[in-house]
Amino acid sequence: MQRQFEVELRELKNRILAMGGLVEEAIEKSTSLLGSRDKAGFQQLKSIERKINEENMRIDSICLEVLARLSPVAADLRLILAIIKINTDLERMGDQAMNIGYNVDHYLEDGGVDLKLNLPRMAELVRKMVRDSLDAFMKDDVGLAEKVLKSDDEVDQFKNRVFDTMVAFMRQSPDQIGPALDMILVARNLERMADHATNIAEDVIFCCTGADVRHGAKRE
Amino acid sequence: MASSVSTQAMHAPAALETRDLNAWFGDLHVVKGISLSVPQNDVYALIGPSGCGKSTFIRCLNRLHEETDGARVKGEVLIPGAAKADNIYASGVDPVSIRRRVGMVFQKPNPFPGLSIYDNVAVGLKLAGIVRRNILDDVVETSLRQAALWEEVKDKLKKPGTSLSGGQQQRLCIARALAVKPQVLLMDEPTSALDPISTARIEELVIKLRNDVTVLIVTHNMQQAARISNRTAFFLLGELVETGATKEIFTNPKDTRTEQYITGRFG
Repeated sequence: MQRQFEVELRELKNRILAMGGLVEEAIEKSTSLLGSRDKAGFQQLKSIERKINEENMRIDSICLEVLARLSPVAADLRLILAIIKINTDLERMGDQAMNIGYNVDHYLEDGGVDLKLNLPRMAELVRKMVRDSLDAFMKDDVGLAEKVLKSDDEVDQFKNRVFDTMVAFMRQSPDQIGPALDMILVARNLERMADHATNIAEDVIFCCTGADVRHGAKRE
Repeated sequence: MASSVSTQAMHAPAALETRDLNAWFGDLHVVKGISLSVPQNDVYALIGPSGCGKSTFIRCLNRLHEETDGARVKGEVLIPGAAKADNIYASGVDPVSIRRRVGMVFQKPNPFPGLSIYDNVAVGLKLAGIVRRNILDDVVETSLRQAALWEEVKDKLKKPGTSLSGGQQQRLCIARALAVKPQVLLMDEPTSALDPISTARIEELVIKLRNDVTVLIVTHNMQQAARISNRTAFFLLGELVETGATKEIFTNPKDTRTEQYITGRFG
């Protein structure tokens, strides 16, 4: 007989996956706005973020109900805890995508000078981290989660390069500080999203093995 | 609700230890070679599906199992100071003297019918030959206070024990067990016949009791084990599958069978 917990769990996992899809869409949409001013695209981004927020509240509410009614323990408890945390990470990524949308809008308002930073490439790396972390979650794949943890370094390096380039650029062109700051903020938001994907990967490892690998702790 | 329960260090002195303990009902081997060390002042929860041997196991710890026709026990149960070489199954040990050191509370409250609340608590001392009124008064009050019942019964000590509610009767039985100052208190599903409020009071009581006595509690209620014990043992088919800190057992059990049982996949 299938346990009631498993039925509720399947629904929650599917909802997390769907929410992750919305987050990926939000990342893609926010950085695609870099090309040219696109009011419709900006509205679409706002609409995606609203959906993410609604889903965040719905998932929290289901988790609360599951905790109250089914009192999960052991692997079930670790899983529900992971879902609650992943839900929060995904919601924050939605906010950060929105922040990027505003940064880009401001940057384009200031003329949108091409700073040759290849931020869409950085965004693609982050999207892949989000996708892989959620794939790892759905498939209980610890190996893939560990791969996501390693990818975070690449995103950090990308962000550092953007920062260095922009600092040098601002020294050379003090009249372009506005757009340069916007690009720093875009890179910063993307880097924060990668951190949230890393959190998800850490939660997957905890959920599957019980090992807490946060803050550099090693698996026993 | 329940206060938090910390986990004692593994090297705390043992209040009770079993070595290769086996028990049978006739040919039926129900407890199979259990070796378990219970640190002093632990609340040790025993969990497992019906028929796994956990109740029989604790009935071996105060020599109650052997009272059943056809029942027998093999192995050692060591309780410091309780018997010659501490082994309660050593030859010549009086089971009644063991039951003074190892008290027991059963699933259904069983106050002695016909005895007052006062006499229900004092009966163990009287049987041990203590008759001085001031000593009895003192022990009755202390035991009823320990069992969190004093305030509710102090003005009706002469009334029958059976006149109390189910939850109060169970606390009366706990007071009766505590009156003879046991080293270990065995509880066999002590709240399974009680309502949630009475259950919560007994759970609070068990957490407080660990300051004075070591408690082994058999429970079918996983949440109860998680709430009140600091160590848990999982029994299956007469064997001890896994034991450890309750926090570990309920968040990250090592044995798949423990995991499956506590998450409700079987049992």
